[in-house]
Amino acid sequence: MRELTLERRLLGGLRLAAHKQHTTTRPIRRGFVPRELIIPLPDGPTATDTLVAVGEPVLRGQPLAATGEGIAISHASSSGQVVAIEPRPMPGPPGTTAPAVVIHTDGRDQAIPMTPLAGQSLSRDDMLQRLQDAGLVGLGGALFPTAEKLRSRSEQFTLILNGAECEPYISCDDMLMREQARDVLDGAALMCDFSGAGRCIVAIERDKPEAISAIAAALDEHEDDRFELAQVPTVYPAGGERQLIQLLAGIEVPSGRYPTDVNFLCQNVGTAVALAKLYARGEPLTSRIVTVTGKGVRTPQNIEAPIGTPIAELIGAAGGYSGNVARLIMGGSMMGIALDSDARPVTKATNCVVAAAPDEVYTPGTARPCIRCGDCARVCPARLLPQELIRSLTGDDLERVASLGLADCIECGCCDVVCPSHITLTERFRGGKHSLALWTAEQAAAARAEARVARREQRLDLAANREAEERRALLAPMQGGREARQRAVQAVIERARSPSAAPDGDET
Amino acid sequence: MLSATLLVAGLAVSLGGLLIWLDGPLRGTARDPSDAIVELLPRIQCGQCGYPGCRPYAQAMLAGEAEINRCPPGGAATVARLAEALGRDPRPLDTSRGSASWSRVARIDEATCIGCNLCARVCPVDAIVGACNWMHTVLADQCTGCELCIAPCPVDCIAMTPRLRPLSIAESAHA
Repeated sequence: MRELTLERRLLGGLRLAAHKQHTTTRPIRRGFVPRELIIPLPDGPTATDTLVAVGEPVLRGQPLAATGEGIAISHASSSGQVVAIEPRPMPGPPGTTAPAVVIHTDGRDQAIPMTPLAGQSLSRDDMLQRLQDAGLVGLGGALFPTAEKLRSRSEQFTLILNGAECEPYISCDDMLMREQARDVLDGAALMCDFSGAGRCIVAIERDKPEAISAIAAALDEHEDDRFELAQVPTVYPAGGERQLIQLLAGIEVPSGRYPTDVNFLCQNVGTAVALAKLYARGEPLTSRIVTVTGKGVRTPQNIEAPIGTPIAELIGAAGGYSGNVARLIMGGSMMGIALDSDARPVTKATNCVVAAAPDEVYTPGTARPCIRCGDCARVCPARLLPQELIRSLTGDDLERVASLGLADCIECGCCDVVCPSHITLTERFRGGKHSLALWTAEQAAAARAEARVARREQRLDLAANREAEERRALLAPMQGGREARQRAVQAVIERARSPSAAPDGDET
Repeated sequence: MLSATLLVAGLAVSLGGLLIWLDGPLRGTARDPSDAIVELLPRIQCGQCGYPGCRPYAQAMLAGEAEINRCPPGGAATVARLAEALGRDPRPLDTSRGSASWSRVARIDEATCIGCNLCARVCPVDAIVGACNWMHTVLADQCTGCELCIAPCPVDCIAMTPRLRPLSIAESAHA
């Protein structure tokens, strides 16, 4: 096994107190089946056709919806009966809904027959199509379709297997690496094969010694010389895709470009396991590991939850609430979103649910004016100037906001934590990104409209000129005195009388 | 003494000539002064300012002939930006002029449309398609929400509806 030594430090970032120890003492709870499943269907411009009807029985792994190209489809995550297909509230800002298939499970968890991909002779395109049909998406949180990420192929690629997991509360990747190190590496090897990557760096934060030794042992067993192990410093947000590349290779992914543009591919360890399961057993992605933690749950632990498990049932599986819950957070304490109800389901993006007790919730004090200390710029891992951004956002100067690079903000929340004036910067940036996107689109549409106005004027001018010319041509014989006029009139009369004359301009 | 005078005179003449020679190409790259002002406007082309389009309005503002508060789609933010760019005092938006907005698009009720083509003729961005006596329709991606097609319709079959598909940055394929 080769180990990669790091010479670089992360740009910006923070050392945060860890809260992972509460959930790493127990093994992952597997085989949990909730009573109800609310499985979100892909939403968006591509219309989806549901493949099941209300009242029908379904089995685990059965596809629920077919979609257009590029979007992974949803599968039933356990066996049971479809009781409704309707829009349901989803985790996200209040009011987020998505069409969902609601299933009442029968507890038997029967699966449809599955054929492993291993042993089949499939072309590369067919293989990628299988990944898509299995609903494989990046489980790190961004849900980018795995097949899309693996579509470009180059020998120059370096695959970074992301096991950094820098968020203070989350331990699902840690536990997965401890318990399924073999699967993690099998999946990563497949990813290398697909993408042509000649090198794979498994990046794990130093605060996970058990995961590191499990992966190291599996690496020794695997004997694949493409693999390297890198222990990255425990600095938040070292697990960000762009941050990890900067940390490991010293390369910054340019603004508006993708890691593949600098020959890097990042994949989450959970995605690798999902791929390994698909390859070895033909299993589509129907479940994921979720860290259920916080002082508000009785037995914090990692649970393998079928996609669509209502949060309430997930909390129940972890012993239920222990009284005092101030806030329910999906995702980590830094980048997660507060949930307004525990009726929301687990999605493929749900890596963690924190039932936070009052003393765990960070409540910003009253915001005071910015004192220009510059602490926010010092911790910003994207090297932005948060204080300048907030100033331009307040002044609604979106042109400047765009040039300051708001689009590159990864919403990590470091600036919020250090701001001595308690300004809720990240929240404003999140909203600002939305207005910026709107503004950019409007500017583009305005430029298009202007071009169309110019073309229309040109056309109208042309038409007016042509009309004037035709008029002049028609009236030309009339010029030149009384006799010329009479001749012209006579000619017209004769033309009208002649029987061979085709009726002019009358088509009906 | 003489040589120094001649040298300075020669320098003056040759540098002057260089400047005159460069005048043409350098001026060619300068933008029309109204460009900067037009870019501050939402460019919906609604004409609610009383001018036939956004550029004529910008030119009128530059000439000092028009107030800076006559652009309803731009709202107060645009008035403030115009005030700064033109060095004029900001004033409240003249709300009597209309309410055009990028957030809406015209929609033709195709069952009611009689195919008179009057709407297509006034559309500043050619976003309405249809032939005389046949059904007409609005290309939502091109529609700016200017509301100019509403008034000419003899059967009142055009309504402004919320824009469902967000504006895109790239030109759409069927533009």
